[in-house]
Amino acid sequence: MAVKSGEGLPAASINSEVFCFFFSKKKFFLKQFFFEKKNQKTFETYTGARLIRPQNETELAEAVRDTTGPLLIQGNGTKASMLRPVQAADTLSTSALSGITLYSPNELVMSARAGTPLAEIEATLAERGQQMIAEPSHLFGEDQTLGGLIATNLSGPRRISGGALRDHVLGVRAVNGSGEILKFGGRVLKNVTGLDLSKLLTGSFGTLAVLTEITFKVLPASEAVGTLVVHGQDAISAVATMSAALGSPFSVTAAAYLPDEKKTLLRIEEFATSVAYRTEKLSAQLGGSEILGTEASQSLWRDIRDCTFLPPAEALWRISAPPSAAPAILHAGQALGLTGMLDWGGGLIWLSGPASTHTHDALCHAATQAGAVWWLMRGPEPFRAAVAVVPPEPPALAALRQRIQQSFDPRGILNPLKLLAA
Amino acid sequence: MKQPDAKPEILARRDEIIAGLRAILPERAVIDEAISLKPYETDALTAYRAIPLAVVLPEDESQVVAVMKLCAAGGIRVVPRGAGTSLSGGALPMEDAIVVGMMRMNRILEINTADRYAVVQPGVTNLGITAAVQDSGYFYAPDPSSQLACMIGGNVAMNSGGAHCLKYGVTANNLLGVRLVTIEGEILEIGGKHADSAGYDWLGLITGSEGQLGILTEITVRILHAPEGARAMLAGFAANETAGQCVDAIISSGIIPVALEFMDRPAIHACEDFAHAGYPLDAQALLIIEVEGSPDEQTDMLRRIREVCDRFHPLSIRVSESPEESAAIWKGRKAAFGAIGRISPDYFCMDGVIPTSRLGEVLRRIGEMSDSYGLAVANIFHAGDGNLHPLIMYNANDPISFAKAEAFGAAILTLCVEAGGCLTGEHGVGIEKRDLMQVQFSPADLAQMRRIKSAFDPAWLLNPAKVFPLPP
Repeated sequence: MAVKSGEGLPAASINSEVFCFFFSKKKFFLKQFFFEKKNQKTFETYTGARLIRPQNETELAEAVRDTTGPLLIQGNGTKASMLRPVQAADTLSTSALSGITLYSPNELVMSARAGTPLAEIEATLAERGQQMIAEPSHLFGEDQTLGGLIATNLSGPRRISGGALRDHVLGVRAVNGSGEILKFGGRVLKNVTGLDLSKLLTGSFGTLAVLTEITFKVLPASEAVGTLVVHGQDAISAVATMSAALGSPFSVTAAAYLPDEKKTLLRIEEFATSVAYRTEKLSAQLGGSEILGTEASQSLWRDIRDCTFLPPAEALWRISAPPSAAPAILHAGQALGLTGMLDWGGGLIWLSGPASTHTHDALCHAATQAGAVWWLMRGPEPFRAAVAVVPPEPPALAALRQRIQQSFDPRGILNPLKLLAA
Repeated sequence: MKQPDAKPEILARRDEIIAGLRAILPERAVIDEAISLKPYETDALTAYRAIPLAVVLPEDESQVVAVMKLCAAGGIRVVPRGAGTSLSGGALPMEDAIVVGMMRMNRILEINTADRYAVVQPGVTNLGITAAVQDSGYFYAPDPSSQLACMIGGNVAMNSGGAHCLKYGVTANNLLGVRLVTIEGEILEIGGKHADSAGYDWLGLITGSEGQLGILTEITVRILHAPEGARAMLAGFAANETAGQCVDAIISSGIIPVALEFMDRPAIHACEDFAHAGYPLDAQALLIIEVEGSPDEQTDMLRRIREVCDRFHPLSIRVSESPEESAAIWKGRKAAFGAIGRISPDYFCMDGVIPTSRLGEVLRRIGEMSDSYGLAVANIFHAGDGNLHPLIMYNANDPISFAKAEAFGAAILTLCVEAGGCLTGEHGVGIEKRDLMQVQFSPADLAQMRRIKSAFDPAWLLNPAKVFPLPP
């Protein structure tokens, strides 16, 4: 049975104590994950007491058809702390729909069922020297499924050069809110046949349909990786450096800035000779002195991808902005006592700190003023239920969104109000 | 190809409708004389024609809004049009429709190299964007063959690709935002000047929606800095299958060239006669492979590719030695449609996509079909991504030849779907592939897409009778 938002309070306050205990950055994410798993009962009024775990797509479609109330849609539930809490008595998990169904390295394509662990996908690709292009974030731990990843469209540092997850989704199978099995897109690299509902479902947070299988494009991993480090820059000069690098002919594949360490980081991924040539050229042009090799670069960019440079905190915000607006947004966050970092050449701003409505409103206001959009990526449940977790929609778009939702899910049962309050 | 009957009540109100348009638009923006309407009767799929009720050429967004409101209120069908270069009949008018031509909204509104975007109106040509930013070293990546003429609004509507999308992606991968006017005259601001957007991927939904969800009035594209240089090479092979295997081997060696194009023997000969690019006339199949980077990087990459090619015993290999030579190589490829136009009175350009592993088999089947239909076909093909462009040669003045060409085209596209591919990779469904949609999609898939269309356009006034099979 659905309850009001305030009733999750005790669990959330325990949760914030946990934040004080685990200071080790990497450990923190795992601890938090296990904590949430172990304590799922405490959250049951939100996260769904009864777990429905269909063994295949047909069973999943039947479960959706047969349900009488709202469903919390998840894979392994690693991203439960993202955006608004869902009030549903039942949880529908795709975790049993697992397995890679197609991998054709020569055709740069892979298909896998929604519940397939991302770790399995990445390991299989690595065996053939390939990788997911968007460098998906592991911010929410190592247990995430492909379906959860696609439903949230969480791309990593390479998004700026190689595109987002949504750019690489070639096709999906999904079950809509009426329990119909649908198929959009396909398994070929180019496809403009009909409306691109694969893209619409990517990043829709399970609010339109339940993904059951995803086909996506992959690419060879580069032979070598190099990172040019420019030291001592403030945010404004760092963004200028990153813009110059991304506006160079040298195919920079990622550009990030760590304000606390005053490090501007520029990545090249290519054949070894090209990495050497291009990092040298960039260094001559932009003044960086330190160049990291392949292994150090891989480790560094994993940490950037997963935000391990940010200290543990109650709340985490993700802001997508025009890069030149990044310094102002970062400074606004810092003035509110938040810690931040920049990725995507300044186009992505991460900020973490205490969960307070005042901070949230001020930060989101500053972001909106700068032409940016924002997501509340993590926070105590009552907080996420109380504030807007993504920017409000203009009225015309809101009306349209409601009609689209109605067209997929006429009963409004799939992850209701995950993105926006009623 | 069947079109729905014109609505008699709309035809009867023609004078009143045109007067209404004149009341909300400048005099020069309304075209209603028969002789002036003639150029709008078709697009690049010239086999199908219809004279529209009227053509309007709005000059700003408020005029688009006014036209849409008038049409929505009057139940009048609307056909958006850019440069009219659609190969799938995307801009084919209907007799009871108003064509909204966007060519007068052709201004570049903003260029920002620091944040790497350009804001343009829909009537700017594809190459016009690159022309506006190339002094700073930038370019707009998607490059359909019609890029000299085709407009960015049409590119977004059809999600156009091009020869270089193997590396740079198609239109959808190079957009940041749009402004869209709905049939009700509401303006939707989608995306912005940032990479990811919160909420649903409206941009992804609108891109490739073939003018059925709204009319674009402003488009923000991502611009990229050009590489230091680019160089092309040619590799001729004795058989289509061998060239196909070579493509697979290049990709699996970990190299993604910026372009990887395939031409079969008829295409090689037609293009060589037209462009004198130095294509090998003895080859059954030709690969055009392009790499980018510094001169040393180009040499290194071409050496690696050449080593792969050598394993497949090419008949000839030629590496371009100058920018002029590379340009000539591309001129031949990009002029392919014109080249075929010289040897056949008419042609249909197909656009199916197949898994690249099925290339040899699919080309063999197309060859067999060519024999059985008695129509010649030339194959040009974005080999890296499996996007086939068989050009079916026929005579439009001969009804039997025309009917055979339509059937041959449908058979090729059905074959593509059966091979695990799709009906269209970059040209769009339009009217051309409308009646084949059931081959690829189930009734439930199509019904879901129709509901989306209805959510934007409940009365189905915007570019109707395209994409979705007509109700029986």
